[in-house]
Amino acid sequence: MNFALNGEARSVEPASGQCLRTLLRGLGCDGVKKGCDAGDCGACTVLLDGEPVHSCIFPAFRAEGRSVTTIEGLAGPDGLHPMQRDFLAAGAFQCGFCTPGMILTAASLDQAQRRAPGQALKGNICRCTGYRSIADALLGMANIDANRVPDAPAWGRSAAAPAALAVITGRARYTMDVGHDRTSPDIVGRAATPPAPMLHCRLLRSPHAHARILGIDREAASLVTGVRLILTHEDVPATLFSTARHENPYDDPDDTRMLDDVVRFIGQRVAAVVADSEQAAVRACSLLSVTYEVLPAVLDPEQAQLCGAPVIHAKPADSRIADTGRNIVTELHGGIGDLAAGLAAADVTVDVTYRSQRLQHAHLETHAAIAWQDADGVLTVRSSTQVPFLVRDALCRLLDMPRAQVRVLCERVGGGFGGKQEMLIEDVVAFASLRLGRPVGIEFTREEAFIGAFGRHAMRVRVRLGARCDGLLTAIAMDVLSDTGAYGNHGPGVLFHGCGESVGVYRCDNKWIDGVAVYTNTPPAGAFRGYGLSQTNYAIESAMDELSEALGLDPIVLRERNVVRPGDPMVSFDAAAHDVEYGSYGLDQCLSLVREALARGTDRLPPEGDEWRVGEGVALGMIDTVPPRGHLSQAEAAVDADGSVVLRVGTAEFGNGTSTVHMQFAAGILQVPEGRIRLSQSDTAQLGYDTGAFGSTGTVVSGLATVHACNALRDRLLEFGAGLLEVPAGECVLDKGAVRHGARRVGYDELAARAAASGVRLHGSGAVTGSPRSVAFNAQGFRVAVNRATGTVLILQSVHAADAGRVINPAQCIGQIEGGVAQAIGGALMECMVIDATGAIANPSFRNYHVPRFSDIPHTEVLFADTFDRLGPFGAKSMSESPFNPVAAALGNAIARATGRRLRATPFRADSIVRRLSSREDD
Amino acid sequence: MHGLGRPGAFLARCARPKAEEPALDLHFVDALVRPDRRAALPAPRPGDAFLAGGSWLFSEPQPGLRRLVDLQSLGWTSLVAGADGLEIAATCSLAELEACEPPAGWTAAGLFGSCCNALWGSFKIRNVATVGGNLCLALPAAPMAALVVALQGVCVIWMPDGGERRLPALDFITGAGTTALRHGEILRAVHLPAVALQRRAVLRQASLTIHGRSAALLIATLDPAAGAMSLTVTASVRRPLRLDYPALPEPAGLHADLSPHLTPGLLHGDLHGAADWKRLMTLRLAEELRLELAA
Repeated sequence: MNFALNGEARSVEPASGQCLRTLLRGLGCDGVKKGCDAGDCGACTVLLDGEPVHSCIFPAFRAEGRSVTTIEGLAGPDGLHPMQRDFLAAGAFQCGFCTPGMILTAASLDQAQRRAPGQALKGNICRCTGYRSIADALLGMANIDANRVPDAPAWGRSAAAPAALAVITGRARYTMDVGHDRTSPDIVGRAATPPAPMLHCRLLRSPHAHARILGIDREAASLVTGVRLILTHEDVPATLFSTARHENPYDDPDDTRMLDDVVRFIGQRVAAVVADSEQAAVRACSLLSVTYEVLPAVLDPEQAQLCGAPVIHAKPADSRIADTGRNIVTELHGGIGDLAAGLAAADVTVDVTYRSQRLQHAHLETHAAIAWQDADGVLTVRSSTQVPFLVRDALCRLLDMPRAQVRVLCERVGGGFGGKQEMLIEDVVAFASLRLGRPVGIEFTREEAFIGAFGRHAMRVRVRLGARCDGLLTAIAMDVLSDTGAYGNHGPGVLFHGCGESVGVYRCDNKWIDGVAVYTNTPPAGAFRGYGLSQTNYAIESAMDELSEALGLDPIVLRERNVVRPGDPMVSFDAAAHDVEYGSYGLDQCLSLVREALARGTDRLPPEGDEWRVGEGVALGMIDTVPPRGHLSQAEAAVDADGSVVLRVGTAEFGNGTSTVHMQFAAGILQVPEGRIRLSQSDTAQLGYDTGAFGSTGTVVSGLATVHACNALRDRLLEFGAGLLEVPAGECVLDKGAVRHGARRVGYDELAARAAASGVRLHGSGAVTGSPRSVAFNAQGFRVAVNRATGTVLILQSVHAADAGRVINPAQCIGQIEGGVAQAIGGALMECMVIDATGAIANPSFRNYHVPRFSDIPHTEVLFADTFDRLGPFGAKSMSESPFNPVAAALGNAIARATGRRLRATPFRADSIVRRLSSREDD
Repeated sequence: MHGLGRPGAFLARCARPKAEEPALDLHFVDALVRPDRRAALPAPRPGDAFLAGGSWLFSEPQPGLRRLVDLQSLGWTSLVAGADGLEIAATCSLAELEACEPPAGWTAAGLFGSCCNALWGSFKIRNVATVGGNLCLALPAAPMAALVVALQGVCVIWMPDGGERRLPALDFITGAGTTALRHGEILRAVHLPAVALQRRAVLRQASLTIHGRSAALLIATLDPAAGAMSLTVTASVRRPLRLDYPALPEPAGLHADLSPHLTPGLLHGDLHGAADWKRLMTLRLAEELRLELAA
């Protein structure tokens, strides 16, 4: 087949069933992304004779005689296409995985389409941004401060992401983007990509919710041409571990085997096949013949705890499962004061139960990893992970290898939201590559992302509140049932975290919390943005709204009367000492900001007609700025021979924007333009340690390590420079890439040369432990119009106030908040992973699991409290996951106020709203 | 062999796609045939599928497929307008239909754009997805079904013996994912009569989300001369439903006529809307359309 690719004549022979995306990626166009395999997400968009198509569903052979333009070929001779420039200026991306497809689509729109972007972009999913910055790009609005002044302050400036240019040109390398550049060594001189073409690994998955594997006949599969290795439970270590990754590996129960002889959910991996081609691996998987003894399964977490329910894990005590007989992973019971007395003292009580559904992260880059051994025999795993160091340690334990022999790295990660705080694939490809002595890679399909990677815990939360007439709380009780699915990864952490700040934010003498996380034969849940707080926050903040209705008290006033203030203990289920402090406090401001914004209103009016009812709802959230039990981070800064700065950090970049923040810190402290800083990150070979990019730690923990490293380097530069200038170091300053004393300057390049000549290292390192911790706050307000006849919900106003401490990069921090609100609107109004009667996920695709599109997300006004945190770097606090947490309750409260009826389960879809409004049940 | 993109029946005959199959590409397909004329169509064999746009075929793993038979290589003219109406080739893309410039007087051609917009897939999908593929997939939400049923379309079907048969579009889709195509048949075209294209036509769509998959997609047409009205209901029901009236009905009459059809057996509740809500929206949109035509 002959066709033109980015203006160049190409001749290739496509396979009969090959799609254009695979063909183009094979030709080195790594900017053509694989997001959904189904024409739903748009990440693979290319132009065909100028018209955009989803290349994943376009038969490759039909490119014959056509002209194909990928992101690599979009730019004109003058460098960038205007749309690329607009995306750059607007900062219209976070992880950037959707960006090439988004830009190509946007670039193809005519004027009419640009006036209706909701319709025009319905085939493009961005999971990170909430689309506002993309809308800005379409309007040609700039959000990024392109001015790279060398003496820029380290904070308060919307600097561009260091990878911005690479992202918008499709050159940013995600995990599987190793097609055309196998040789370039990374900053430490060790290749970040495999030395040879990889073999392909595919997984056979269980069709049963609970079964014992009696036998696996691999004969037919092994006869498939190109098959190199078939792994079953007989071939791999039987070591028990947890896929969840935490600083403390004992946080999670060891209940998982690499490949088990018992399967406990539909979709659990049964066998792995490694072959020369993906096609051979897929075909071989289909030929594996497995004999199962089907076991009784339990899908419901209430029933799973009952006597006589099937026991899902008969495991030894050192697996750390609380009660194997009752399928309980972990439970907690505790409180302060006297709950009964508190309820008795109340003038008004509410007793309500809320349900939160299972959600999918829907990061656009699915889980992917490639493992190989480098020239020194070091097992190297390139992975799409938030936690390279923790995966490294897990592999060391599982494969019984020393740390020095295992290296885990990631380059750019295409979204995570908690879904990549897990070792789901690295073990298998690492093991296979050691066995075969060749690179082995795996990449999940979108369907596997739903069935073989783990979503949010579904929870049932009962809340009882008691209050006096004046609104002061006398009692808070919460009873949480968390469905952890077939494995306990993150089950304990999510339960404990969920039972923390949502209750701790209220001052009350009598509190009691019961919590239990239960196994069921359903796909496991895992870490998800908010980490348990989104579910309990929904329940508590909805119950507070019901309480305010019962009291006849304004919901913001009720909260103001009860929230903790600096000096108050932050207590939920126990009064034990902890390391959380009020490094700053802006909750009062957040509530005021939301109140004022709702009072101001917007110009968006409800539709006319008496079917439409309008209501306002608010909710708040508190979150510790760092996960508990330690979060370690190291950073190193050095001046290179050419006078540029090399900054090494352990934390990963998956769209959270922390790389930009690190650059800003370094630029501000070392007084060099960001362009003179090279950032190298998330590679266990280049730095001692970093717990990982979760718990919103990229700025407050890892960033603080960067600040320490840069401060140390600054001192070193001043000392060395002052020596050269023969003046006291205390009289020198860093200024525009030089040490300056009065009018005399010595540039970093000269310093580097002189240092090298005299054997001095211009280097600084920083290390932090993630303790003590501070608290960040969020408040969300909505005004909605609800059509009582159709159930349609229109968001007329959305306002989010955040206490993020001092904001380092306003454009990015606003983007994190907008993205969190958007993801939460999806969870509150649209998204639901449905488990069918057999225990399978009924909707494992973007076609049937509705991730918000452009037209689904309203503009959210983002307001910041004016605070300065004494613990965070430059006064900053965390602000990544927490914006998600108050959204569902605020929306539910607004809908309840509008309609007079309350839904007590998410999502609030039009059909459930109508059903609720027509039911005779009272609230 | 089955009709164009005849996936529903095809999959029913093969094993249900297993969860472990990836959708990266059609990994089980070995062969591609590109006939340039009808006589060159290969003799059917198990594992065949007709390929039109491919937007559905390539979107799922298709573990039962072994051979693709390309229909676009047959070179059918997408749109042929004549005095008696419009013939839409099965391989006509939605984008081509949307861009069609109809002769004066074909008022109902305004539906082309709105029906294309009602497709859940984006305009980029519409660049490749075909009218025939949308009909043969026979999803309740298929907007092309609403279009051709509302405009009294007639399906032209190639039979495997070389013959041809015609079938009212209303009878083409027989249920969610099933059609009247028999073994080896191909949907060749749909003919829309001029008399239907000259009608006034209005459309309403309900969905759980803006631009989401149709939960109810209704079209009403009015013969401006005779005053006859037709109401077509899709998406909320398993197969298209059409009520024909000699004149605009009264609201109560329309409700009374439509209501008995919206039985649990015919209503299509799914992840894109519960059946009771779809019923409600169908009745509501029907009345809205009646009112609009009455205005």
